[in-house]
Amino acid sequence: MMDAMNMSTDTNPDSYVTDDGRTIGGVVMDLKNITLRFGGVVAIKDISFDIREGEIRAIIGPNGAGKSSMLNVISGFYKPQEGEVWFRGKKRPPMRPYQVAQQGLARTFQNIALFDGMSVLDNIMTGRLNYMKTNMLQQAIWWGKAEKEELENREKVEKVIDFLEIQHIRKTPVGRLPYGLKKRVELARALAAEPSLLLLDEPMAGMNVEEKEDMSRFILDVNDEFGTTIALIEHDMGVVMDLSDRVVVMDYGKKIGDGTPDEVRNNQDVIDAYLGVAHD
Amino acid sequence: MFYREAGDFKTSYREDNQTFPIRLDRAGYWIALIVAFLVIPFFVNDYWVNAVFAPFFIYAIAALGLNILTGYAGQVSLGTGGFMAVGAYSVYKLMVAFPDVSIVFHVLIAGGITAVVGVAFGLPSMRIKGFYLAVATLAAQFFLVWLFNKVAWFYNYSASGQINAPERTVLGVIVTGPNTEAWAKYLISLVFLVAAAWFARNLTRGMTGRKWMGIRDMDIAAEIIGVNPLMAKMSAFAVSSFLVGVSGALFFAVYLGAAEAGESFGITKSFLILFMVIIGGLGSIFGSFAGAAFMVLMPVLLKNVLVGVLGWPTALAAELEFIIVGALIVIFLILEPHGLAQLWRLTKEKLRLWPFPH
Amino acid sequence: MPEQLLFAMEVTLNGLMAGVLYALVALGFVLIFKASGIFNFAQGMLVVFAAMTLVGVQQGQVPFAHLINTIFGTKVHDFGWTVPTFLAIIVAGAAMVFVAWIIEKYILHHLVGQPDIILFMATIGMWYFMHGFAPLMWGSEVMKLDVGLAQGLNDPVLNATEALFGYGFFLDNLDIVAAVIAAILVASLVLFSQYTKQGRAMRAVADDHQAALSVGISLRFIWVLVWSLAGVVALVAGIMWGSKSGVQISLAEVALKALPVLMLGGCTSIPGAIIGGLIIGVGEQLFEFAIGPLVGGATQAWFAYVLALIFLIFRPQGLFGEKIIERV
Repeated sequence: MMDAMNMSTDTNPDSYVTDDGRTIGGVVMDLKNITLRFGGVVAIKDISFDIREGEIRAIIGPNGAGKSSMLNVISGFYKPQEGEVWFRGKKRPPMRPYQVAQQGLARTFQNIALFDGMSVLDNIMTGRLNYMKTNMLQQAIWWGKAEKEELENREKVEKVIDFLEIQHIRKTPVGRLPYGLKKRVELARALAAEPSLLLLDEPMAGMNVEEKEDMSRFILDVNDEFGTTIALIEHDMGVVMDLSDRVVVMDYGKKIGDGTPDEVRNNQDVIDAYLGVAHD
Repeated sequence: MFYREAGDFKTSYREDNQTFPIRLDRAGYWIALIVAFLVIPFFVNDYWVNAVFAPFFIYAIAALGLNILTGYAGQVSLGTGGFMAVGAYSVYKLMVAFPDVSIVFHVLIAGGITAVVGVAFGLPSMRIKGFYLAVATLAAQFFLVWLFNKVAWFYNYSASGQINAPERTVLGVIVTGPNTEAWAKYLISLVFLVAAAWFARNLTRGMTGRKWMGIRDMDIAAEIIGVNPLMAKMSAFAVSSFLVGVSGALFFAVYLGAAEAGESFGITKSFLILFMVIIGGLGSIFGSFAGAAFMVLMPVLLKNVLVGVLGWPTALAAELEFIIVGALIVIFLILEPHGLAQLWRLTKEKLRLWPFPH
Repeated sequence: MPEQLLFAMEVTLNGLMAGVLYALVALGFVLIFKASGIFNFAQGMLVVFAAMTLVGVQQGQVPFAHLINTIFGTKVHDFGWTVPTFLAIIVAGAAMVFVAWIIEKYILHHLVGQPDIILFMATIGMWYFMHGFAPLMWGSEVMKLDVGLAQGLNDPVLNATEALFGYGFFLDNLDIVAAVIAAILVASLVLFSQYTKQGRAMRAVADDHQAALSVGISLRFIWVLVWSLAGVVALVAGIMWGSKSGVQISLAEVALKALPVLMLGGCTSIPGAIIGGLIIGVGEQLFEFAIGPLVGGATQAWFAYVLALIFLIFRPQGLFGEKIIERV
């Protein structure tokens, strides 16, 4: 694990520094010729792109372009019929979604997937589950190891809670929260996992302008302060162009553009398929 | 007035995490424990132990077990009676085979055996969900009862097909068999119950409990954030069956003294425990206690009033009991799906704010 | 033909007939599940209640006689008349419709939108309620149900097989009648749902609640309708079952076997319920015939459940159910 990490950061020749001073490293995740079919429907057709260490990578496209399916492939929920997923320089063998999560991927969901029966704190604590190693007997006895571990992880979680400014709702059952806060709690749960790659599925869908600004700020801060690599899907073009380092554009399951926001903006295919319509 | 968090400042996450964050609750909890252990044993008689305390304590252990599976992990089981039978017959075989080993170990091992059986019958939960699983657990119920009735080895070829608890002692005190004193029955059940509640509470407040609740609330999302669904469900089945098995072992060895699979551990028992969990409160330790107390006390009360005071026939009282329990289940599901525990929580919340309405 | 094989054939035939009864109970489940997504655990109890009501009405029993006598010290038992079978069936059918209405109004209506599993547990509550209510109303003795269906062995089958194989098959007349009535019932249900306005509305609701509501179908009416239909199906099943083995509350536990039948067939499929019923009916008879003697017998107590359990592991949606696609 450590070797792989060093390889991807140090030995890669094409790491560079962005205008705002962040270092973008080598390729963390490489998707090669992914094809995903549901029965006869082709959701993703032969798509390849990569995600580099430390960058914010956006996947955009009109409705039904296959963006969410792409994210589900990355997080291991869908198994593509063709193509390979390379993570940290190694081909990922077929694995269950929870094993993918154990590799350091965390994500949020388009239709908020929080655990409604639990408090905000417990929801965020679930993000720490890969760090908590006491066995069930130790947990049943509680005194000693289990309690110590619980409190250590609680401290980490409290940092995330502070960071996302949700201290006041710590003990509230998530079912009672308004939409915008739920999105934030979901982000908190993903951040608590200290992921090496964070996947955000439409983090700003259904938010008002103010909430969108907050969320953008959090995304930038996460990337900046922790150096977390982020891949996100978003509808809001303006937000995407401002946030991301590189953008993949999908349409009808195919990749039609890939590059910096400026490159994508000037790509004729993209303008035809998406921007032209969206900016009318 | 004194029922407040105010002034009771939490200065560490440890204090913030405690089971009873309000001082008065903590005091109440300790007083209840002291009374239960040091006062009541001096006053109980056979009637109270056999009609109220022993069944209440022992059923509460089973309710804790089922609540972990159904209330916390979201897997409905109708096989509780069958699993209790596994505990009962295991403890019987162990007691007879190893008379020199302490009964406490026998009960724990019986729980362990039940856990293994529970996991075996829980494996289909990987593929089957919701009420499909509930019906699948009926397979466990009917198969296990049939097994204990038909395979004579389990009841040591006794002519009646019954199993009878031999006399065993703990620290020199007789706890099983017909010569058991009321207070001994009371105390041994209570000790197991308190231990069970302690373990259940710790498991459910830690990461194990969160994994269970994650699977319950949204299994797919739980798996994507890193919960291994197989491990989470199987651990729930194991812990749940362990407690149910311990309960079954005590139910036979301490409470009944003699048992027959179909009669003592039939499907009615599965329903009874499920109802305790629903009425008490799904996903609540306190609810398991409340539900067990309610389902034990209600028939006793009904019987005392209808049969004792009014002189009605027992059969009629039994029919009314079915009606009342059935109606209560429906009423609770409609009005308060989180049961007595939630009512209690709401009352406390009101009390905390009293005398202000909000 | 070897004796064993003939034996097995007879067992199979009898199993088929028992399977028809399971299928009849399962049919009621399917109707309700399709239209409302409710897994009605209490269907078996509805069967018992329907049969008890029929016998009670037919024999002119005073409802709640036991309770009345206890409270008022009276000694009422029956009205002293008997009601003609045909009329009694109509009254019992009406009672089942009334029960359906009560269930919708006081239970289901208040549970709309709750998770399936809560509704399921509510039907377990109903099961329990009726477990007390049915004997309270009609007494707890075993009741003899006789609506004039043919009883005894079927001689034509006996003679024909005797002539054919030199070994006569024992087959109850009642079983044959049950099979015929079940066939008629299924056919008329299919006709009803295909060719009547209410039937179409029922299918629309089964397909999509929201869409059905938006074109002006009354959900409440449909629910009362399907529960009534399920009640009537229960009555038919109760008549068959009761004629065969008398009516008592423990019948409900036998009727629980319709649950594995249903899971085997797939909860939403009428043909599934029938084929599932036949498979389980035949399967448990053959299993008991072949394996039962080796393990102490009475394997019918669990065979249906274990079979369904094993089957579901490999095909969770059942034989005819639709495959569930999971999404995030």
